[in-house]
Amino acid sequence: MSGHTDAPYEPVFVGKRRAELDELLTRYPTKQAALLPALWIVQEERGWLPEAGMTEVAAVLGLTAAYVKGVVTFYTMYKQHPTGTHFIQVCTTSPCLCAGADKVVDAFLEHTGCKELGLTSPDGKYTVIEVECLGACGFATPVQINLDYVENVTPEKVPTILAGLK
Amino acid sequence: MAETPMVNLTIEGLAVQVAAGTTILEAAKTAGVLIPHYCYHPSLPVAGVCRMCLVEVEKAPKLLPSCATTVAEGQVVHVYSEQALEARKGVLELLLINHPLDCPICDQSGECELQDYTFAEGRQDSRYREPKRFDPVEDFGGDVMYVGNRCILCTRCVRFMEDVHKDPVIEVQDRGDRARIGKAPDNDLTQAWAANVVDLCPVGALLSKDFLNKARAWELDRTASVCNGCSQGCNIVVETRDNVIMRYKPRANDDVNKHFMCDEGRLNYAWLNRPDRITWPQAAGAVTGWEGALASAATALKGKKAYVVVNPSLSNETLYALKQLIAKSGGAGYFSVVQGPEAPLPGVADLAVRADRAANATGAELLGFTRSASPLAKLTASDVLVLVDVQLSDADKAAAAKAAAVVVIGTALPQEIAGAAAVLPMTNYVEEDGTFTNLRGRVQRYLQAKATTGAARPAWYILSDLLSALGEKSEYFTASAAFDALAKAEPAFAGLSYDTLGLRGATIQGAQVTA
Amino acid sequence: MGYPHKSHPRETPVLSKHFGDPDAISLDGWKKRGGYKALEQALNMEPSAIVDIVKASGLRGRGGAGFPTGVKWSFMRPGDGKPHYLCCNADESEPGTFKDREIMRWTPHALIEGCAVGAYAIGAETAYIYIRGEFTEPIQRMEAALKEAYAAGILGNNAMGTGKRVDVYVHKGAGAYICGEETALMNSLEGKRGNPRIKPPFPAVSGLFGQPTTINNVETLAAVPHILNNGAEWYKAMCLGSPKSTGSKLFSVCGNISKPGNYEITMGFPFKDFLYDLCGGPTQGRKFKAVIPGGCSVPIQTMEEAEATLMDYEGFVAQGTMLGSGGVIVFDDAQSIPRQMARLARFYAHESCAQCTQCREGTAWTTKIMERIVAGQGTFEDLDTLLELADNMTGKTICVLSDSCATVVTSGLQKFRHEFEALITGRRSSTVPMAVA
Repeated sequence: MSGHTDAPYEPVFVGKRRAELDELLTRYPTKQAALLPALWIVQEERGWLPEAGMTEVAAVLGLTAAYVKGVVTFYTMYKQHPTGTHFIQVCTTSPCLCAGADKVVDAFLEHTGCKELGLTSPDGKYTVIEVECLGACGFATPVQINLDYVENVTPEKVPTILAGLK
Repeated sequence: MAETPMVNLTIEGLAVQVAAGTTILEAAKTAGVLIPHYCYHPSLPVAGVCRMCLVEVEKAPKLLPSCATTVAEGQVVHVYSEQALEARKGVLELLLINHPLDCPICDQSGECELQDYTFAEGRQDSRYREPKRFDPVEDFGGDVMYVGNRCILCTRCVRFMEDVHKDPVIEVQDRGDRARIGKAPDNDLTQAWAANVVDLCPVGALLSKDFLNKARAWELDRTASVCNGCSQGCNIVVETRDNVIMRYKPRANDDVNKHFMCDEGRLNYAWLNRPDRITWPQAAGAVTGWEGALASAATALKGKKAYVVVNPSLSNETLYALKQLIAKSGGAGYFSVVQGPEAPLPGVADLAVRADRAANATGAELLGFTRSASPLAKLTASDVLVLVDVQLSDADKAAAAKAAAVVVIGTALPQEIAGAAAVLPMTNYVEEDGTFTNLRGRVQRYLQAKATTGAARPAWYILSDLLSALGEKSEYFTASAAFDALAKAEPAFAGLSYDTLGLRGATIQGAQVTA
Repeated sequence: MGYPHKSHPRETPVLSKHFGDPDAISLDGWKKRGGYKALEQALNMEPSAIVDIVKASGLRGRGGAGFPTGVKWSFMRPGDGKPHYLCCNADESEPGTFKDREIMRWTPHALIEGCAVGAYAIGAETAYIYIRGEFTEPIQRMEAALKEAYAAGILGNNAMGTGKRVDVYVHKGAGAYICGEETALMNSLEGKRGNPRIKPPFPAVSGLFGQPTTINNVETLAAVPHILNNGAEWYKAMCLGSPKSTGSKLFSVCGNISKPGNYEITMGFPFKDFLYDLCGGPTQGRKFKAVIPGGCSVPIQTMEEAEATLMDYEGFVAQGTMLGSGGVIVFDDAQSIPRQMARLARFYAHESCAQCTQCREGTAWTTKIMERIVAGQGTFEDLDTLLELADNMTGKTICVLSDSCATVVTSGLQKFRHEFEALITGRRSSTVPMAVA
C-alpha cells in the first residue's frame, strides 16, 4: 500500500493493464466513458487514487486532472487517501441502524484500535468508516471489508471476523 | 432558410411574441421582465441548477425553471405569483444559510446578485441556527481567487472553462453541501481568457486578484469603451474612481465578443494611468501655449512633405485628419504593428486575441497608411517627420535624425526627440471620444472615461487646428463632427455616424463580416 | 424460493424460483431450467411484436416509478438510423431494497437474457448493465455469466446465429445513490459526475451518448423472458388487486421483523398477511410500529394504514404511500421514529449530487435540525421550520432526491409528531431504547 509520501509515481497503464483499458475502450463510443473503469484499475493497482494517478488517467483519456478529480470526489468508493490493509465499511443507514449498526461500528473501532472513524489503526492494518446503504438490508448489519461483504454482523461477532482477516 | 415560427404567450399580463425555441427567461426579457436567476447565463449552456428562476406557468403541475423551459403557444406565465415568490425566497434563504454574510469586506458587494435578489425578494431574517460550513480561500492561479464560503455552486465558471474555453481545469468537487469548485494542483487558471470566470460569478466567490480590495463597486464611474489591446475590438466598460482607471470589464456584444474579454486586454490599463505625460505644448524645447506650438508646427510643415508615422491604435477621426495633412503636402503615412501570439476563445466563433496588438490597423489601412516593419525607412531629408503617439525603435531613431524637422503629437515624449519643432500633447484613448475599426471592418465608438492631464487635446482636434493654420478649411469641434467629415469623404464609411453606430458599432461598406 | 428462507406456500416464485440454487448460476444450469428460449424466440420476431406482448402483459417498471414497460419501449423507433442503447439499472441503492442483488447473484443469465431481449426490442445493439460498485459478488457473477454467454455465441455480432448484434456489458459504479436516477446513471456511464439531467429531452430522444436510450430496472428486464415464454395473458392473470398492477413482484423486507429477506408475491397481495404470515411478524415480545413499504423515499405508514394495504401500485397509493422499489422497512415499538428519520435525512444529505440549491442545502439543513432534535436540543419552532423547509424542497428540483428527503420529514412528522414533541419537551430521549437485534 502506498503511503502519503512523494514517492515517484509509476504509471499504471502499461502492459497488461494498458491492454485491459484498450479492451474497455472498445465497449464505448467515447473515451471518456471509460473513466470510471480506468479509475477502478488505478485503485486496484495502487490501493487508492493519488493525484498522480488521476493525472495519469486524465492523460490516457484526454481529460484534465481537475475534471477527473471532480469525478473521483463524486463517488465515495474512490479512495482519496490510503487506508489500512483491511478497509472496513459498516452500513449504518436506517434499516441497519434498527439492527444496531451503531454498536457494530463501536465494536470495530474498539477491536481494531482505530478509535476514530476514518483513522487507520497504529499497526496500519485497519481503517473503519461508516457507509450509506450497502443494499443488503435483509442481512443487517452488512459490513464490506475491502471488496467482500460480511453479513448479519453483530458486535459479538466482530473479534472473530477480525481474527479471520489475513 | 425557413422562417422561424413565432410563438405568442403572456408573461406577467404582457403579450409577448418570440421565436419558437426561446426560453421563458429570454422571452420575459423582451417584455422588460427580469426573472431572477443565478446559474443561467446567455453565453453559457443551460444548467438549470440554481432553481432561482422558477416561475408559475398556468396548467403546469409544478413551478418550472424558466431558463430551461421553452415557450409554448398560449402559455400564461406568472413571475411574481405567491408560489413563485415563495420558491425564490426559499432558494435565497438556502443560499445564505452557509454564506458568511461578509458583504462589508467583499469586493462583489454592490454588484452582487445574491445581495440584490435577497434585498428584493429574500427573507428579512434567517431561521438557520446551526454552525456554518467553512472553506479556506484558494488561489486559482492567473488573476483568479476563490472564496469558497461565498460560492453558490451555480457552475457558471465550470461551464465557461468546459464549454467555452474548452479547457475544463475547474470542476465541482465532492457532493452534497460539501461540494466546492476545485482545481487540480497543476491546473491553474492561466488560460488566455480564464479571468472571465470572475465576471461570470454572480457572487463574491471568484475575485480578481488585480482588483482585490481596490475599490467598492459603488464608487466606480463606468464608461462604454472598446479595448485597444488588439484588432478584435472587444467591447468593454472602463471603470474609474477619482479619475484613475481601476479595472476593465467586458461589455456584451454578441457580434464581437459575446460577454467576454481576454486576460491580456483586461489587465492592459495601468499605462493609461501613468503620470509621466506631456502636459504642455512646446515649441523648440520651450513650453508655450497652444497657439505658439501650433504656429511652430505649421511653420515647420509649410511647403514640406509630411512624413507621418502613426500608432495603429489612433482613432479613425485622428487618422482621417492626418490623411488630409498628408494629401495637402503630398506626403506619406506609415505604421508598424506590434505582433503577439493569437489566442482564440474556442467556444465562440471569430473571437480571439489577435496577432495585431493594436486597435485600428484596419482603419489606418483604409485611410491610406502603409504597414511597414520599419516605418521610417523611406524618410528623406526634405520631409517633415510627424510622429503621432509612437515610440521609435533604435533603427528608427537613427533614421529620424535625417528629417528636415520633427513634429510630435503624443502622450509621452520620446527622450530622443528633444529637438522637435513642436510637441503637441494629446489625450490617450480613455480621455477622448472616438472610433476604431476592428479587423472585420466593424467601426465601434469609445467614450471619454476620464479627464486628461495638463493641456492635452484629442489628436483630431489638434490636427484640425493645424490644418486650419495651414490654410485648410477644417473646423470641427466634436468627435462626432470629425467622424461625420470622415464618413462624408471616405466611401467605406459612407452612411455611418455616431448615431447609427450606437454603442455596438456597425460594419463598413464591403467589409468581410466574419472569418 | 424466498431468499434466504424457504419459499412460503403463499409466495409466487417466478424470478426468485432459483434463488439459493447454485446450479442455476451457470449457463448449462440455466439452460436446463429453460434459459435462453425466450431470447431465441425474440430474435426471430419483429421488435414491435415483442413490445406489443410486453405492453399486453401489463408489466410496469420495478425500479420505483412503475411506468408501463411496453409503453416505454414503444417510444424508441428502431430503424431511425441512430445507435440505440439499453441501460439496465442495477444501481440498487435505495435503503431497504436488496432484490436485484439476489437476481444477479443467483440468476445472472436471467438478467442477461432479459437485457438481450429488451435491447433487441428497442433496436439497440448495445446494453449496459450499470451495477453499483459495492456489489462485488453480483458483478463477478454477471461478468462470469457474460463470458459464458459470449463463448456460447448467445451474445456478440451473431447472437444465437441470427446474424444480429447484441452486446451486453457490465459497467461498475463507484458509490453514489443518485446514479440510480436514470439520467444520472447515463451521465455516470459517460464518465461524468452522476448529476441528474434536466428533462426534456427524455432519454428516448436523447439519452446515453446523446442517443435514444431506454433504462429499465433489473427486476423488470428479468421478468421479460418469463412473459415471452408463458405469454402476456399468463402474466396479466397474476393479479389480486388492481388490474393496472400485474405479475409477480419481489419485496425486500428488513428492519425489526422475524424473517427479513426477499419474498415474491402476486400483485395485490394483502400487506397484513405478508408482514405477519410470510415474514413471521415482529420479533418476540415486540409490536410493529410503522412501515416504510417502498424503499426509504416513500411516505411512512402507521400499522393501521399498512394492515389495510393491498400490495400493488394502486394499493399503496390508496394508503398514503407508494410501492416504490418494494423495499419494506419495518420499525417496531422499540424504535424511535425521529432517530430513524434523522438517519434517513443524513442519508439524503450525504447522497445529494449538489446541483440544485434546495437539495444541496436543504437536505443538510434538515439533517442538522433533525439530529439536534434527537439530541434533545430541539424546539417547537424547529418543527415548523422542518415542514416549511420540506415544502420548499418539494417539486422544485431536477430530480426527486430532495422530494424524497422532504417526504421522510413530512410523513414522519405528520404521523409521529408526538414522538418529536416528546423529545423537545424532554420527556423521552430517543437514544436509549434500541431494538433487540
